[in-house]
Amino acid sequence: MIWETVILALRAIRRNVLRSFLTVLGIVIGVAAVITMVTLGDGATEQVRADISSLGSNMLQVRPGQGFRGPGGVRMFAERFEISDAQAIEREIAGLQAVAPMTDQSAQAIYGNRNWSTSVMGSTNDYLAVRDWPLEQGRVFTEAELKSGRAVCILGATIVKELFGDQDPLGAFIRLDRLSCQVVGVLASKGQSSFGQDQDDLVMVPIRTLQRRIAGNTDVKAVMVSAMDGVSTETVKGDIERLMRERRRIPVGQDDDFHVRDMQEIVSALTSTTRVLTALLGAVAAVSLLVGGIGIMNIMLVSVTERTREIGTRLAIGARENEVLMQFLIEAVVLSSLGGLFGIALGLGAAALGAHLLGMPFVLNPGIVVLAFVFSASVGVVFGFFPARRAARMDPIEALRHE
Amino acid sequence: MSATTPESIESPLIRLEGITKVYGSGTAAVHALKGVDLKIDKGEFVAVMGPSGSGKSTCMNILGCLDTPTAGAYRFKGADVGVLSRDQRALLRRTFLGFVFQGFNLLSRTSALENVELPLIYRGIPARERHAKARDALKAVGLDGWEYHTPAELSGGQQQRVAIARAMVIEPEVLMADEPTGNLDSTRSREIMDLLCSFNRDRGVTIVMVTHDARMAGYAGRIIRFLDGLIDSEEPGRRHAL
Repeated sequence: MIWETVILALRAIRRNVLRSFLTVLGIVIGVAAVITMVTLGDGATEQVRADISSLGSNMLQVRPGQGFRGPGGVRMFAERFEISDAQAIEREIAGLQAVAPMTDQSAQAIYGNRNWSTSVMGSTNDYLAVRDWPLEQGRVFTEAELKSGRAVCILGATIVKELFGDQDPLGAFIRLDRLSCQVVGVLASKGQSSFGQDQDDLVMVPIRTLQRRIAGNTDVKAVMVSAMDGVSTETVKGDIERLMRERRRIPVGQDDDFHVRDMQEIVSALTSTTRVLTALLGAVAAVSLLVGGIGIMNIMLVSVTERTREIGTRLAIGARENEVLMQFLIEAVVLSSLGGLFGIALGLGAAALGAHLLGMPFVLNPGIVVLAFVFSASVGVVFGFFPARRAARMDPIEALRHE
Repeated sequence: MSATTPESIESPLIRLEGITKVYGSGTAAVHALKGVDLKIDKGEFVAVMGPSGSGKSTCMNILGCLDTPTAGAYRFKGADVGVLSRDQRALLRRTFLGFVFQGFNLLSRTSALENVELPLIYRGIPARERHAKARDALKAVGLDGWEYHTPAELSGGQQQRVAIARAMVIEPEVLMADEPTGNLDSTRSREIMDLLCSFNRDRGVTIVMVTHDARMAGYAGRIIRFLDGLIDSEEPGRRHAL
């Protein structure tokens, strides 16, 4: 009986394709919006996660000052780090693979008549280990170069392209502001980060070179640390915090004037933004589903009125109240479910296109697809019930007389 | 159905006793039926006539279990219909009663076969058996070969034949026909009446038919005339005279 009714409902929908389509348009748009947004949101989250794990998932950053603070958070004056802090971490903390102090500042890189504004970063070879960043050609810094702060540099792929074009940069001298510097290596290209930064747009020099010969201070902006495989970053984070509090003589009960960030924290900070956005768009989509449901109710009411004589006939030949109710309810559900299916197809299509255009991964979330379908079907039940009940409660005599 | 009186050979198929029907209340009350007594035996062909507002349609609705009387007793096969719920009356209709309307009331854009199958669907009869019965019913009204035509593709006479097939497919006790020839020309009307007579004669189905047309009433075995909510007169039809 139910199967028969579903077939009858499909037949009724096919008879009036345009009207049926317009009826469910609200549902189609609502479902498509939800599916598109959630799928793109998942894709964005996935991309951020992938980018960050390419930074090195076992990486930690230790920086002076306090971490991300909400509005109103007080940023206290914080004592700067020095190279000795990085050395202390390397010495005192167990389970570390590499520790790299780093500092950077912007500078003009000049070669011949070419000129490029970039960021000069001073660090040690460990920085490349922490970030798992191989060389394309040349070599890393020697111990002697690092210790005495020689004027040597390793170029990012963007700098090579901008200053040298097709020429071989190895052995050439470039100028960084006023310092003349020999190129000893070229980094492999890393491409854009998830924040849209060009990661290859940098010149790397030994940290002492930057401090003494470019910046003129002894500051260390951050210490990059990578834990060994199988060592929990949580443990390492706790150890570093304890060590730094001791070194900086922070009394018990006072907040840290530095912070240790692991990648997990950065991931959750970034994904929470996408999640809020997804939730917001989901709410908008829910409203459009509500509107779609009202559209279905409207058309079902019209349909019940139009088919009054049919209902009268059915009642006269012995249809019970529940049977008529089911007929119209099933029609509404079939209609809204079809809208849901159409919306899912449209949404996935739009998401696939969007992901392609934005260069993001397309992540199919089966949960949301099922949820969207179930939700659109229930819209049919909820908004189809009132018209269906009206049909079922008709007086057969009145209904048969209806013109 | 709770039968308070056991069915016996003597008890009529349909028995109305002191049936009244009042619409509205107070001074606006309309007394459509003012105490109708009527017996119809199994196998009878009864024509109901009377001017508009005479109560014949109200009486038909009560006989067809579509409406309930305000007072009085309606016994169908000896059982009291007055105590039945709306759904129980629906079950009674789908089991014992066939309906034919003046306006045919076929489902539009639905094939003749599917229209005839409709009451069988409500009876829960499986598809294969349903198709077979519906085909047989269409054949019995002379419409074999027209199974897949929709009402819009059929003439008025053919549509009424589909409606009769739909009523007869459940093998009802009583066929309730409300001006079955009201929308048809005289040739088609005679064909329909011949069809009804043959079902009455060959299958023993009891027929109660409302009509305005004395010629159509002439096909019946008994003619009942309504006037002002009461049965005014009864007379034998032509068939009885023959």
